[in-house]
Amino acid sequence: MSAVHEGLFTDEPRLLGSRCARCGGHHFPRHETCAYCSSEEVETVELSSTGALWAWTAVNAPPPGYRGEVPFGFGVVELPEGVRVISRLTEADPSRLSAGQPMQLVLVALDDDAVTYAFAPC
Amino acid sequence: MLITGIGLHPFGRFEDRTATDMGVVAVRAALAEAGVARGGFQAAFCGTAYGGVAAGHRVLGRLGMTGMPIVDVEAGCASGSAALMLAAAAVRAGQYDTVLVFGIEKMPKGIIRSSFFEPWQEEAGLTATPAYFALRAQRLMQTSGVTKSHLAQVVVKNRRHGVGNPNAMFRKDVSAADVLASRVICEPLHLWMLCTPNEGAAAVVLQRDGAGTGPRLAAAVLRSHLPGGVLNESTPMAGLTDDTIPSATSLAALAAFEEAGVGPDDLNVVECQDTDAARELLSYEELGLCPPGGAAALLESGAVDMGGTMPVNPSGGLLSKGEPLGASALAQVVELVQQLRGTAGERQVDAAATALAHTVGRGANAGVVILTR
Repeated sequence: MSAVHEGLFTDEPRLLGSRCARCGGHHFPRHETCAYCSSEEVETVELSSTGALWAWTAVNAPPPGYRGEVPFGFGVVELPEGVRVISRLTEADPSRLSAGQPMQLVLVALDDDAVTYAFAPC
Repeated sequence: MLITGIGLHPFGRFEDRTATDMGVVAVRAALAEAGVARGGFQAAFCGTAYGGVAAGHRVLGRLGMTGMPIVDVEAGCASGSAALMLAAAAVRAGQYDTVLVFGIEKMPKGIIRSSFFEPWQEEAGLTATPAYFALRAQRLMQTSGVTKSHLAQVVVKNRRHGVGNPNAMFRKDVSAADVLASRVICEPLHLWMLCTPNEGAAAVVLQRDGAGTGPRLAAAVLRSHLPGGVLNESTPMAGLTDDTIPSATSLAALAAFEEAGVGPDDLNVVECQDTDAARELLSYEELGLCPPGGAAALLESGAVDMGGTMPVNPSGGLLSKGEPLGASALAQVVELVQQLRGTAGERQVDAAATALAHTVGRGANAGVVILTR
């Protein structure tokens, strides 16, 4: 199985983001130019693999072009670097999640060929 | 400058009509009202997102009214606001006396695929638009004391207003229980809390002061997002934890209030983007209609209902009308012109003198228009 897209995450897994040397802002996916200050002094970094749940819901109908199964969880996880990441969640029942809950990065299969990143409750 | 003519093709689904057909209806009506004939306008701006190449030319070509610059404008849900902003700038600069501004749309059916996203985002399931709306709704529930009952109440209000609008798609009163009984699309949003993409057209004639009569266009502003907001309409994959970054709507509102020389307290009637019920409540806060965190209290106060001090979406909003992207912003302007003229019939807001229209959508693009009697 291969990554749904190159350059998003490592096998460990860790998300591959970038950090701006000028303003300190973090981006995901990686940017070549800082999204916040337009500096080109941007380096690739591995983002923290744990964070806190900030917002969540579930997707119950497949959006166009989607390769996986429904339902699946969908939300925003806040990482210690001061970045909020939009992500799939492994928990598809919103009532089983709560604000600030610790979350851990994992890889999940979309189909027989592709994996992508997701956050799971710790 | 003045809005001297308005025209509308009803919003809904029309199997037998093209976007061009609908544009012809709206443009004809607006020009007739303004008393502007062939050769009477020096430029035209057409808002559309799915209209394809030269959509505006197809409408004006059918009317035999070409030769002047015709510019199609795409700015997502704010396409009509963008067209109006460009027209207003040209009239203000003295480039033209009279400009035609219209918007047309025939939205694809079913779940809409957007060229905005990259293929891997679609494949990984990161492009479900209602899921982004749901996350925003949930944040509002966490920060502003908004409950599911408030979300249902927004739908009840707008659908009640829509009963009086012959150009709306849905004209039936609904109860909060009905709304909450509709199926969950993405928690906390139920089906009836989301607007329906559809079809329609709207047109206005904009003229310099002294060239006609009508409400005054006091501001027409478009803004895009600042980077950093993870749930803003630019739909990024990540953002910052800084919650002080102003939204595109707030940027547009501040600029529009300054341009018009009025403030939120001066508004008698508002049309705002209710793509989903939570979007309307968030708009209250972003437009400055209430303090941050005050959306639920403003809704509960009744001020935003017909008969209140500042009715919001007297047309029924997108929740009643449906949303044809290119036409929706100008249909708001059409509604507000009727309100300021005092010709809105059973939807008439008492003593409407200052009005605001707001659209926001992908880009991000946010448009704010202020009209005065």
